[in-house]
Amino acid sequence: MTAAALLSQFVQLALALALAPLLVGWVNQCRAWLSNRSAPPLTLPYRTIRKLFMKDAVVASNASPLFRLTPYVVFGAMCCAAAIVPSLATDLPFALAADAIALVGLFALARVFIALAAMDIGTAFGTLGARREMFVGFLAEPALLMVLFTASLISGSTSLPSIVDTLAHRELAIYPSLALAGVAFTMVSLAENARIPVDNPATHLELTMIHEAMLLEYSARHLALIEWASALKLFNYSCIGLALFFPFGIAQGSDDWLAIALAVPVLVAKLAAGGFALAVIETASAKMRIFRAPEFLGTAFLLAVLAMLVRLLLGS
Amino acid sequence: MDFSRLGLSAASLASAIPAVRVPVGSGQLVPACRLAREQGAHLVALWASDERDRGGGAMVRVLLQDGSGLAVLEVALPDLPDARYGDVSAIFPEAGRMQRAAFDLVGAACEADDQRPWAWMAGWPIDRFPLRRDFEASPKWEPGQEDYEFVKVEGDGVHEIAVGPVHAGIIEPGHFRFQVVGEKVLRLEERLSYTHKGIEKRFEAMAIADGHRLAGRVSGDSTVAYAWAYAQALEAIAGAAVPPRALWLRALALERERIANHLGDLGALGNDGGFAFGLAQFSRLKEDLLRTNLAAFGHRFMMDHVVPGGVARDLDHSHVAAIVEEARRIAREASALREIYDEHDGLQDRFRACGRVRPELALRLGLTGMAARASGQARDLRCDFPSAPYDALEPRRIVHDGGDVAARVAVRFDELAESLRLVRTIVEHAPGGDVRAPVGDIPPYRLGLGCVEGWRGPVAVALEAGPGGTIRRCHPHDPSWSNWPVIEHAVIGNIVPDFPLINKSFNLSYSGQDL
Repeated sequence: MTAAALLSQFVQLALALALAPLLVGWVNQCRAWLSNRSAPPLTLPYRTIRKLFMKDAVVASNASPLFRLTPYVVFGAMCCAAAIVPSLATDLPFALAADAIALVGLFALARVFIALAAMDIGTAFGTLGARREMFVGFLAEPALLMVLFTASLISGSTSLPSIVDTLAHRELAIYPSLALAGVAFTMVSLAENARIPVDNPATHLELTMIHEAMLLEYSARHLALIEWASALKLFNYSCIGLALFFPFGIAQGSDDWLAIALAVPVLVAKLAAGGFALAVIETASAKMRIFRAPEFLGTAFLLAVLAMLVRLLLGS
Repeated sequence: MDFSRLGLSAASLASAIPAVRVPVGSGQLVPACRLAREQGAHLVALWASDERDRGGGAMVRVLLQDGSGLAVLEVALPDLPDARYGDVSAIFPEAGRMQRAAFDLVGAACEADDQRPWAWMAGWPIDRFPLRRDFEASPKWEPGQEDYEFVKVEGDGVHEIAVGPVHAGIIEPGHFRFQVVGEKVLRLEERLSYTHKGIEKRFEAMAIADGHRLAGRVSGDSTVAYAWAYAQALEAIAGAAVPPRALWLRALALERERIANHLGDLGALGNDGGFAFGLAQFSRLKEDLLRTNLAAFGHRFMMDHVVPGGVARDLDHSHVAAIVEEARRIAREASALREIYDEHDGLQDRFRACGRVRPELALRLGLTGMAARASGQARDLRCDFPSAPYDALEPRRIVHDGGDVAARVAVRFDELAESLRLVRTIVEHAPGGDVRAPVGDIPPYRLGLGCVEGWRGPVAVALEAGPGGTIRRCHPHDPSWSNWPVIEHAVIGNIVPDFPLINKSFNLSYSGQDL
């Protein structure tokens, strides 16, 4: 491990923390444009987070330490995930500590904590949200694993940087296995990030909420951390998607600073395009009934399995 | 309605649509209601008033309607604390809450099994009755603690979800108690009355000539319907004639109110289905309409436009072209949006078979208004009792029989198109002349009725003049009274996250029923 690698690792993490709220702001802006509304400022998520950090936290009197701890665990898990997903360069010293399977585990850890915290207070909505979140989660995680396995089969490794290295050096062509996995991954990402059509991040109807219902009791710095962590999660998922399916532009190694510097605008451009695509999907679809989620995620799982079979049996 | 079989005689009553009053003894009320139901009548309203100042006790009035018109059954309860009247909620289920509210406000007791309070929320001592004439409205009572017993469902895996009265969104307050197993709703019980404002008491401190202003504020989204119903009641008492042009302009305002609310609801229904695009588009159309209202009527919601004897201001000729052009444009855009809604699989999946109220159930529970027309109940005052200008306009009767959210959306789209046509016809063909005439003398102690088909359903106002231009009793009645209990049935068997959509598809008024 070199000092340059450490620095590159640090730059990538800092960039993830800084850009994540911007991505959320961009998606919201695109959604507003697409439905002919005047858009909120791009920086609104930053201001929201700053505002929340400046407020005094209100915590229910029967909250256990778990409730206070959860925002830090969730935020920490998302930071760890950001540190092992190659966004700018593939030389990530931290990636040795965790591979693609551990990445899924990190997301699961955050989910378990937030679901426990939601039930901790004992309100009906928290429990309702936690129940639905686990319902969506247990369907989404296998599909996500299958997508990552497909990519691992191609590169012969479960380490994200080496997957990206391998994929980036292949000839530019359409690979059926990756195409199927890409569709599956998009569907899983929508569910995991509480987006339409599975959940509605903008709703104020407490009875329909999934993710938001678990956060109803949080305020101030706790809420700020969770909001930031949610933005990071969206950023991480976007970066995984981009790294697996559009890996070009990511710098190889950590000593070529010019390549890393060039990777920044490429990443921003790719995220902007991805965010716009997300906004298009969200604007064009309605939220599905919660019991349609198994069909939706079952399809994602099926596609991911197909992708793996195509890779195994046909080698393409 | 013919009550001669029971030996009851009917006297005529001042009203905009044919109406009679039928005094009944307290023992005859239930048979009379049963007879009326057999003749196809439904309940419009039930309210009580304090008659001790005129040598009586309390008077309970039951307003019924059938194809021939309105009938008010009047039950006198001479000795107030002890006398009881028969429970009509077995015949008209929607009467249950009205009976409970009548006791809370006047102290007129009913023989019903359900004696839980409805309007009373520990805001005043339980043995005081705000609508009695000796009730002092001025002191501030210390709010007490209320123990309201909800019906519980027992069983394996059944749990309760309590929602409201404070909600995550900015809406009116209401409490909803769900008994669910998993996501499936076994039972819903509503608790309303959080916005009790003492409107009926306030009426009694007002001059009868000013009451339309308060009536127009009972439920802000129906301000034109309420003000018109009040004006009708007052004009009926005074026997006043309203200039034809004023009636046409009232209808113009009423149809514009219907259009604005339907536009708002169609957008909100899309949004509750997770389709925010619909909300943005319909909100834009609604906003255009409201701005035209401001220009043409001086108020975005046309508050205080309808006044006794006519309307407050004439429609200027300069606005006619703009209103016609706007009606055409909204009709065009709404039909394009309807196509998007109809062909959107995801949205239709949410709307169809959701919150279904079958026509038989709607008839049994007394569902009324726009929601009833989505459940096959072809009742519309504009078509059933067409008074000017509706006799000339001949509005199309819109009925769907699906009874689900999709049907209520379809009724809204159809009524929207029809009301836009009416608006164009009205501004192009309205007769000339004055827009306001003096009401004249108002004889005291006369009861008058007004009934107008608002966008949500029939809005009724029962007005009794007092001596010297005062109001003795005024009961404004919202169609929400009848429709709230139906929602409890509409959600049974649905899943919890569909409730907001079902609730929005009815879009009932809290303020209008809490009074």
